[in-house]
Amino acid sequence: MTTTNQKSDDSRMGKIIGNLLRFGVLIASVIVLTGGTFYLFRHGKEYPHYRKFAAGSQATSIISNSFADALHGKGRSIILLGLLVLVATPIMRIAASVIGYLLEKDYLYLLLTLAVLAIVISGFWS
Amino acid sequence: MTILLFTLVLFGGALIAGLLGSLTGLGGGVVIIPLLTIVLKVDIHYAIGASLMSVIATSSGAASAYVKEGITNLRLGMFLELATTLGAVGGAWLATFLPTSVIAVIFGAILFGSAFMSLFHIPDHIETRPQSRLSRKLKLNGSYPSGEGTTSYAVRNVIGGFFMMNLAGIISGLLGIGSGALKVIAMDSIMHVPFKASSATSNFMIGVTAAASVGIYLRRGYIDPGLSMPIVLGVLIGAFLGSKMLFTAKTGSLKKLFALVVFALALEMIYNGLHHKI
Repeated sequence: MTTTNQKSDDSRMGKIIGNLLRFGVLIASVIVLTGGTFYLFRHGKEYPHYRKFAAGSQATSIISNSFADALHGKGRSIILLGLLVLVATPIMRIAASVIGYLLEKDYLYLLLTLAVLAIVISGFWS
Repeated sequence: MTILLFTLVLFGGALIAGLLGSLTGLGGGVVIIPLLTIVLKVDIHYAIGASLMSVIATSSGAASAYVKEGITNLRLGMFLELATTLGAVGGAWLATFLPTSVIAVIFGAILFGSAFMSLFHIPDHIETRPQSRLSRKLKLNGSYPSGEGTTSYAVRNVIGGFFMMNLAGIISGLLGIGSGALKVIAMDSIMHVPFKASSATSNFMIGVTAAASVGIYLRRGYIDPGLSMPIVLGVLIGAFLGSKMLFTAKTGSLKKLFALVVFALALEMIYNGLHHKI
């Protein structure tokens, strides 16, 4: 009996996670495309400079700045916002499974998914 | 070349890379980096950043279908993500101070191995008797819907697989690729997970693994929005078209041809790395 319960809980979690991933990618793509259109409109006739790497120039405040700039219709910032939604998609997926395992009272996997969440988020902080 | 033209070229290249990557099972990231660095002369740091973002997009898109169909082993994925994310943070950190020529040589070697592996299909040997106590304790043994009802399988060698996944995570963080080939070695060969379940579970893990290194990449300025935009959209659309064609197209000869191209790219990357041209 317990195994069938676990199976149905897992398949329900599968459906939720599947939808979350799909919508996340879809929303991110639309934002990236919007930003890309703005960007090409403004800068399409300029010349790219990707041959030489400019190490960490816009480094630290890049995320917080992008929100403000995106509101002003800056293409590159809107694209970055879309990319952040894209990255947030798998992170939201872990967060959803943390809640799922909490409801299932599967404490071993609750701990495991919490650890993964902590590792992933630590990359954005340190 | 203006930004507009450059973007269109990138989009076209990414579309083809995504299409071929999904048809052959090699993934898009594997060809995006040589395309950017060798053909378009983009700095390898930007190439890695753009590739990493495209990897998150395609793996999440593909994973959503597999997860809904119940092919993905969720617990196995979540457990092994502990190994891959730890590795990915380490790999991204390594990428920030390893010389680009060394990264190029490692990339070439991994590319070579991946192309080689794509030509050979390891036959499934499904274990039905659960032998590993650890896999029972972690509830890793799984099942998936197949032609004749449900196929159940037992997972072996949990610790060996865990360490291989750790290596896959390091490579993913260092090179900005999904390192699907290493994940398949870990799950198919070491843990004896059937091919269908292991490739679905590998797809499931790739997004989270990549997300673990994005933070470090962002702060270092590896992720350029203007460059990433056509790459992400192109690979995503290409991979989507590929997944729709997968059941109708004959992939046998395509696989061999693509493997040859990848071999050539691998050698070029290694050559350029050794001669410090990257």
